[in-house]
Amino acid sequence: MKKNRVVLLEALLLVLALCLGGCGGKEEGKTLSLTNVSYDPTRELYTEYNALFTAGWEKTGGKPLTITQSHGGSGSQAISVSQGLEADVVTLALEADIRAIEKAGLIREGWRGELPKDSAPYTSTIVFLVRRGNPKGILDWPDLAREGVGVITPNPKTSGGARWNFLAAWAYAQETLGGGEEACRDFVGAIFRNVLVLDSGARGSTTSFVENGQGDVLIAWENEAMLTLQQHPGEYEMVAPSISILCQPSVAVVDEVVDKRGTREMATAYLEGLYAPETQRLVARYFYRPSDPDILQEFADSFDLSIRMTNIDHFGGWGQAQQRFFADGGVFDQIYEK
Amino acid sequence: MKKTQTKRFPLPVILAIFFAACFLVLPLIFVIVQALSQGIGAYLANITEEYTQKAMLLTLKTTVVVVLVNTVFGLFAAWTVTKYSFPGRKALTTLIDLPLSVSPVISGLAFLLVFGRTSPLYGLLEGIGLKVVYAVPGIVLATLFVTFPYISREMIPVLSAQGRDEEEAAALMGAGWFTIFWRVTFPHIKWSLLYGVVLCTARAMGEFGAVSILSGHLRGKTNTLPLHIEILYNEFRYSEAFAVSSILVILALLVLVLRSLIEHRGRKGEA
Amino acid sequence: MTRSMKNNKGPGRRVIPGFGVSLGVTLTMVSLVVLIPLAALAINALQLSPGEFWAAVTRGRVLSSFAVSFFSAILAALINLAMGVLLAWVLVRCDFPGKRMLDGLIELPFALPTAIAGITLTSLTVPGGWIGRVFAPLGLKIAYTKVGIVVALVFVGIPFVVRSVQPVLEKLDGSFEESAFLMGADNWHTFRRVIWPEIRPAALTGFGMALARGLGEYGSVVFIAGNKPYATEIAPLMIMGQLQSYDYGGATAIALVMLAASFLILLLMNIVQARAARRTSG
Repeated sequence: MKKNRVVLLEALLLVLALCLGGCGGKEEGKTLSLTNVSYDPTRELYTEYNALFTAGWEKTGGKPLTITQSHGGSGSQAISVSQGLEADVVTLALEADIRAIEKAGLIREGWRGELPKDSAPYTSTIVFLVRRGNPKGILDWPDLAREGVGVITPNPKTSGGARWNFLAAWAYAQETLGGGEEACRDFVGAIFRNVLVLDSGARGSTTSFVENGQGDVLIAWENEAMLTLQQHPGEYEMVAPSISILCQPSVAVVDEVVDKRGTREMATAYLEGLYAPETQRLVARYFYRPSDPDILQEFADSFDLSIRMTNIDHFGGWGQAQQRFFADGGVFDQIYEK
Repeated sequence: MKKTQTKRFPLPVILAIFFAACFLVLPLIFVIVQALSQGIGAYLANITEEYTQKAMLLTLKTTVVVVLVNTVFGLFAAWTVTKYSFPGRKALTTLIDLPLSVSPVISGLAFLLVFGRTSPLYGLLEGIGLKVVYAVPGIVLATLFVTFPYISREMIPVLSAQGRDEEEAAALMGAGWFTIFWRVTFPHIKWSLLYGVVLCTARAMGEFGAVSILSGHLRGKTNTLPLHIEILYNEFRYSEAFAVSSILVILALLVLVLRSLIEHRGRKGEA
Repeated sequence: MTRSMKNNKGPGRRVIPGFGVSLGVTLTMVSLVVLIPLAALAINALQLSPGEFWAAVTRGRVLSSFAVSFFSAILAALINLAMGVLLAWVLVRCDFPGKRMLDGLIELPFALPTAIAGITLTSLTVPGGWIGRVFAPLGLKIAYTKVGIVVALVFVGIPFVVRSVQPVLEKLDGSFEESAFLMGADNWHTFRRVIWPEIRPAALTGFGMALARGLGEYGSVVFIAGNKPYATEIAPLMIMGQLQSYDYGGATAIALVMLAASFLILLLMNIVQARAARRTSG
């Protein structure tokens, strides 16, 4: 009797263990599959592109294809892929994240040269979003360092996208103040001391600024600023600073995964398709700047093409920029040291 | 229900209700208002969307498995640490509690270090075709970890308050451990167990942090409801995110209705 | 308050059968789910040299984030202890319209994903929000201050104390209170002398759980905290920052310190609770 009960309980545990194991063992059918691991605000863009690509793929005689999308914070997504998330292609917010996957040994060196335009099929830039009528008269970076101006930006430590914000401010300081690193640090430091809420991600910052009414100016990616303008017509205005930076969300084929799964050809075609004129027009509709200059011209009404932009090479590439500005004890940390 | 001194509401009672109104009712109303801000039609469309449904199914499955495992474990654990004396008992109790204080971010990271690509275990599991991280087992493990102490913790205080005398008497009369447990101990703890199960269910459904690190966010495959909500939110779909959140609130309320029913019937039977 | 129960460990020890099986199952589960992952974490953190480890956990911002986390978690757990006991008592002993509904809402903080909870609480407590509006004229800012962090931690911790105390109160005969009350004891006395000794172990358990949860909470706090360095940055945020820079060593080092601290706090709680239980059962 007593024994029986023990056996019963053990059997129950065993069944549960099998349940746990069984859940993972599902096999895909005969259709082809492709996984695109991307970052947050690109879900609808890729939903539309996937339909486009799948249709084209099947029309040219390819087997039926399903594309699985994955979206999350760019840095977290890079960690996932490095740790075994089977992505055929990654389409992340910044090169540094793809470099991390490269370092983990999943992507071959030199991926940045394999596709046109530094492997960035669409770009964006950093702009300011201010409240209607621009009550604080915010026109350029020095206005953000003024006393009494409340600034909202995500934290460059936790948000990859926000590192572009920081670098854009830095680029301005470098160009206009002429001084050395110290002068730049003071200037950017003054801006960050005006920061009221240092959210962990870009979306959080937008919520703080829009939904919760915090601050006078939001430093944001142009595509997110335009999305906000569209969702709240007439309530906000976009201001372009005199100097900004070219944000390049990078894409790459994950070599180890495509070689293992035999999907290299398809994955490459998928990324190359992002540069096709039709797709370039599609990304413009989602407020990203097409990297094809001719198509960008077609959208000259939507984008302010006069913004002067520096780029990451100005900072010696992401490897150096990351180390110098955002590593522990780097420039960003020094700004806050007391 | 027993009534004592309810003729007038003393200050503490008013305080408690005020506290509950601020911390529970207002947030609930806020969620509902946001969820419905684009009208009922949009709300229904949001919650019946294909990937929302898939996410809901995954969340439900995960929750069922996790609650079952944790119930069995919770009973064993609470019984072990209260009915026997052995060296290291307090350390063991503390270890059971530990997942509570571990930041979900960290627990996710810990599992990555054990099962991720950088771990020697990864190749081994890959060899036998078992995917743990970025697949359903990883999600279940993470949820299991996060809700690990919930059930046992609810029963331990009741069991330790009750002491061991009854069980010891039964043992001296020659009863087996299961009989002792079922006949002597269980009647004391069944309500705490029920509370624990409800807590565990609610927490398992809502878990975000640890699961977020282990899931890979594969839409339609490893995306749970809380992850799906996060993505909607990050995509500037404010009211859709709240609409989907309301599903979780409704599920939690359903669990509570169930609890009330069980409790009501059970107590009737006792009386 | 006698201490005569020390002989608990005497002759009665392990009279109850089934010790081996019970301990076996418990240890196996604890090892699989808790020990192995946390050990992996420790091993990873200890790959840093002692110097690096020390540097990673004693940077000014990290230290101040520890202070913020511990201070807010303790304060929030205390508030939860007081309000939780009160709420549980009200739910068990009083009748009022909407009581069942309120009872049902207690688990809301668990079911709501932490991010949504954070967004909701922030929207409610900014100066223009439903709650913030009331406090703003008094000069009290809630969102984006330490007060906000405490509010978020109180929210995520509500169910612990209420649900620990509730079953004990239900088992407790209401007539004790009634007679104490009839004999002229005021509310406070009735509570201190009659109710509190009975519910103390359960209340302490709930307190410990709320405290522990508060130390590790991330999702809801990052939205309401404002995350200003040296002011409202919490320790889990520092860990997240390290992770996003792919610094596993630094992240696990901070995590290990948090882990050690919480283990000590919980151990202390368990010892206190065991004492309390021994007294009441005596």
